[in-house]
Amino acid sequence: MDSSLFFNITTAAYFVAMVVFILYLTAKNEQIGFVATIISWVGFIANTVAIGLRWREAYAMGYQQAPLSNLYESVVFFAWSILLIYLLFDLKYRYRAIGAFVMPFAFGGMIWAQWTLDATIAPLVPALQSNWLTYHVITCFIGYAAFAVACGVSIMYLVKVGKEEAASGNPVGGILAMFPSVKVLDDLNYKAIMVGFPMLTLGIITGAAWANYAWGTYWSWDPKETWSLIVWFIYAAFLHARFTRGWVGRRAAWLSIFGFAATLFCYLGVNLVLSGLHSYGGG
Amino acid sequence: MDKTITQQNAEHPSDNYVEKLWDFFCSLKLAIITLILLATTSIIGTVIEQGSTPEEMAAKLGWSLDLLKFLDKAITAFDMYHSWWFLSLMALFAVNLICCSIKRFPHVWKTVREPRLVADDNFFRTLSNIEEVVVSKDSLDEVRTKAVAFLGDKFAASRVTEQDGKIHIYAEKGAWSRFGVYVTHASILIIFIGAAIGNIWGYKGYVNIVEGDQVDGVFLRGESTATPLGFAVRCDDFDVSFYEGGQRPKDFTSKLVVLENGKEVFNKQIEVNDPLTYRGITFYQSSYGPAGDATFRFKVREKNTDQTIDVVARQGEHVPLPGGYSFAVTNSTESYDKFGPAVQMHVNTPDGRHGNPFIVLQNYPDFDTQRGGEQVFSLLGMEQSYYTGLQVAKDPGVWVVWLGCFLMVVGSCGAFFLSHRRLWVTIQPLDKGVGVKLGGSAHRNQPAFALYFDTLRKDLNDALAKK
Ligand code: HEM
Repeated sequence: MDSSLFFNITTAAYFVAMVVFILYLTAKNEQIGFVATIISWVGFIANTVAIGLRWREAYAMGYQQAPLSNLYESVVFFAWSILLIYLLFDLKYRYRAIGAFVMPFAFGGMIWAQWTLDATIAPLVPALQSNWLTYHVITCFIGYAAFAVACGVSIMYLVKVGKEEAASGNPVGGILAMFPSVKVLDDLNYKAIMVGFPMLTLGIITGAAWANYAWGTYWSWDPKETWSLIVWFIYAAFLHARFTRGWVGRRAAWLSIFGFAATLFCYLGVNLVLSGLHSYGGG
Repeated sequence: MDKTITQQNAEHPSDNYVEKLWDFFCSLKLAIITLILLATTSIIGTVIEQGSTPEEMAAKLGWSLDLLKFLDKAITAFDMYHSWWFLSLMALFAVNLICCSIKRFPHVWKTVREPRLVADDNFFRTLSNIEEVVVSKDSLDEVRTKAVAFLGDKFAASRVTEQDGKIHIYAEKGAWSRFGVYVTHASILIIFIGAAIGNIWGYKGYVNIVEGDQVDGVFLRGESTATPLGFAVRCDDFDVSFYEGGQRPKDFTSKLVVLENGKEVFNKQIEVNDPLTYRGITFYQSSYGPAGDATFRFKVREKNTDQTIDVVARQGEHVPLPGGYSFAVTNSTESYDKFGPAVQMHVNTPDGRHGNPFIVLQNYPDFDTQRGGEQVFSLLGMEQSYYTGLQVAKDPGVWVVWLGCFLMVVGSCGAFFLSHRRLWVTIQPLDKGVGVKLGGSAHRNQPAFALYFDTLRKDLNDALAKK
């Protein structure tokens, strides 16, 4: 059995889970929601096994490297991280409807990786052969994943609050009735960012430690570093605006979506857009 | 108090400005605006390649040279992170942080050092978590003992105050977490200080050392004369290894020796991701290249006579062979596809004609027999001396930066995941027995505390009902 089989299972499971979550919203049947969650777990386990197998495959080829070495591997790890954060939130808070807004991120990542990205296992150049790379990628990605969950929840918030206001305070029916209350959504947005922010902080610090160890400069203002700092500034602004100026609800939700857009740019845009401008780049 | 301030202000309008300025620097609005400004302006430097020039970028991307030149002049766009305006923004950020902390810290300090030990009825009304119990069979002192034991058992050690015939008990947990925010904020300033130390007393440079040579100075960026190191570094050996079947380098290593006054004092084999540090100066393996011409050792067998000779050739040099022939090596590589080290060479005939170029592989000594030439060449070895390219960094501030990072992690854990939880118990005699009031608050994460309080109140009821 090789990793690609399990990556296929993962993608399929995320797709089915996404569809079943949407079904759950329309059918309003708790059992369907439960099934969707089970399928998410299946996908998550397949994703874990796939990454583990790929790790072993690289070792078998003689490359002592964690499966976080190119864009393909990072995207599947991103999907894994999103599921990790989502499932932890599900265990703790049990708001099933959120799955419908988070699974698309994970599925989108998987399908993109499998359709278009180069999946060959290639050895790392010397500069990347460091344990710091592993710590750095793991912390960053858990941070990104938490921001993805926060973004999904914020979209739900904006959809629901808009409809509620249109209904002038009356409880809204239909799919929206299945959403958690706007208060809960607002709180979950904040809670997810409270997981993501310290993780991103750790990610930036481990990245700096690694750069210092490999090149002798912990900070050199290269576009990737700078963008991670930009993202960090945005979420720091979010937290301060919330704590001390009472920015909750709509404004917090927009800031969270905006923050995730910046996160995606930091992750992908810098490589895909800015690398065209600069001479370095790569995958 | 308020009144006197207003009067003072009326008399000394200058105080008013000072105060306004102070308020401006303390304000969180400023903090948020600065954060957003830092975030948005930082983007410029990620689009415009730092360290290049308007001409270079215009040529590469076809952007308007005038615009790029203007940006260079107006906002130092090609070195924006060191421009006066960006550094000022950072400074504003730091001043904001300092002022804000100075303003708020005393209050927090007081809350932690002088906690409210006595909760009166008015205070209880401000708490959102309260429980009231009336105990009929126990005396005041018995209830007090039970309550203190209960808090010690379930929560934390308590302090008891008697006042007006009532007994007030106070207990707290996680008071220090209130400082988490301040530790986090201080850590940012510490990182700034570390960066400043590095910029003032440190440097970044590079040096190339040819195998066998030594250097005692390094070149700083943008400078053409070497800065003395205070000691010498020799490179005894450089090696590069490749992944099987390709040109991808797997690792490169240099054997470095540090010399003080001509004496060897330290040596280390460095590789990428494993530098050498001596007297605060660190040498990082960063690049390499060939130094001078390579030399090759061949065994040449003449087919006619079946005689073999050993020959040494330098790259590009024509080396005579018996019978008027000669040969020259024109190219070489450490790794020719999957086949390992290889050279490209040609043989000249006695009448001076240039032969066709061909390849000789070191790992396949008989390969050249297939060529059908007059001679069979086997490559015994090649010696290419290399230079090793080292980044050199001296940064006495780096430990301060790491200390700041450490404090930031510790501080944010405190700020995000811990909270200061306080409980007050008031015990007072009532007509029907002894009245017990329990109240609690947490300075963060109230919903979790409300759940916790719920179990606590049940436990309290049980504890008080016990014989
Ligand atoms: C990017 C830089 C900054 C970071 C990472 C940071 C981090 C934090 C953190 C982790 C908290 C705790 C949030 C909580 O209460 O759970 C906090 C609170 C706070 N920060 Fe910052 N901060 C930054 C910049 C600033 C600046 C420039 C100011 C300037 C005024 C400021 C003022 C405050 C205040 C007033 C609080 C609330 C303190 C309280 O809860 O009593 N912060 N900050």
